[in-house]
Amino acid sequence: MLDDLDRRILRYMQGDPDTSIPDLADRIGMTASRLSRRLDKLRETGVILGTRAVINWQALGYAVEVSLRTTLDKTQTRAFDEFIEAARLIPEVVEIQTFLGQVDVRLSVIARDMAHYQDIYREQILTLPHINDIEALMQVARIKSDESLPI
Amino acid sequence: MIDLDDIDRQILLALSRDATQSASALGRRFSLSQPATWRRIKRLQDAGIIAGRKLDLDKEKLGFGVTVFLGIKLATKGRVSLEDFERAVAAIPEVQTVEHVLGMYDYRLRVTARDISDFERVLRRRIMTLPGAGNVEANVLLSEERRPGPLGLPTGS
Repeated sequence: MLDDLDRRILRYMQGDPDTSIPDLADRIGMTASRLSRRLDKLRETGVILGTRAVINWQALGYAVEVSLRTTLDKTQTRAFDEFIEAARLIPEVVEIQTFLGQVDVRLSVIARDMAHYQDIYREQILTLPHINDIEALMQVARIKSDESLPI
Repeated sequence: MIDLDDIDRQILLALSRDATQSASALGRRFSLSQPATWRRIKRLQDAGIIAGRKLDLDKEKLGFGVTVFLGIKLATKGRVSLEDFERAVAAIPEVQTVEHVLGMYDYRLRVTARDISDFERVLRRRIMTLPGAGNVEANVLLSEERRPGPLGLPTGS
C-alpha cells in the first residue's frame, strides 16, 4: 500500500522527472539513501514502470498530426484484431487506442505535410480491413500534454 | 531541422523506451564511445527532438482505474472564450491532456478518474461547468499502445 510519503515523492517526480535523487531528497526533506530505498520499492512493486524520453515529432519534421476515429464492422469477429494488426504496419501511426463508446479504435497519424498525409490516408489508412466509418480530427495545438496523474 | 542518421534514430528509439540508460551503456550497444554517444544525445536534446522525460506510472496501482477521452464542442466562440476555456480546462487536475482540434469537436481531452462514478463527478462538476462548453462526447479507453513511429525508416522515405 502507498503512504503519503510515496505519493509526495511520485508527485515531485511526475512534475520534474529530471531531478537528481539528492535534489529530490532535499526538497522532500529526507535522506538520499532513504529516498533511494523508497524508489527501489516503488519500482519493485511496479508502481513506477520506468522513465521514457518524449519525442517531439514536429522537431523531426512531422508538422501534421491527425486523430482518426474509426468504427469497425463488428459483424466480423476478427475485426479488431485484423484492423489493429494492419495498423501496426503503418510507420506513421504513433498511437493505437481502443474504446468503449461511439469510437471503436483511434489512430494517431503523423505526416510531414498535408500532401504526405493525403498519401498515407489514401494508400494506407483507407485500405485497412473492416472499416465502417472514419472521422478525422486535425490537431491545431497541444494546450496540456503532461499526462500527469492527480496523485 | 537536423538530419539524423540510423544511429541517431536507434538512440532516440532506445531512449523513448527507457530514458534512464546511460550514454556509456547506449554507446556499447551501437559501438560508440561514451563521449560520442553523449554528443549525439545532446544534439537531439538541443534540436528539441527529445522534448523531455516522462515518468511512467501504473495508473491502476495508484487507484486510477478509468481513462475517458472527451470530445468537446464549444457553445459560443470568439478569441476570448477560447482562452477562458483553455485556461479553465487545463487547471482541472483530472484532465491529463488538452488538444485543440479541427473537425467535429473543438477540443479533445484525456481525463483520468478512480472509477466511473468518480468520472461522473468530474464530468458534472468540472467539465460541464466550463465556460463555453457545449456538446460533449465520451469514449472510455479500453487499451492503448504507443508505436515507435517512423523512427525505423531511413530519412527521405
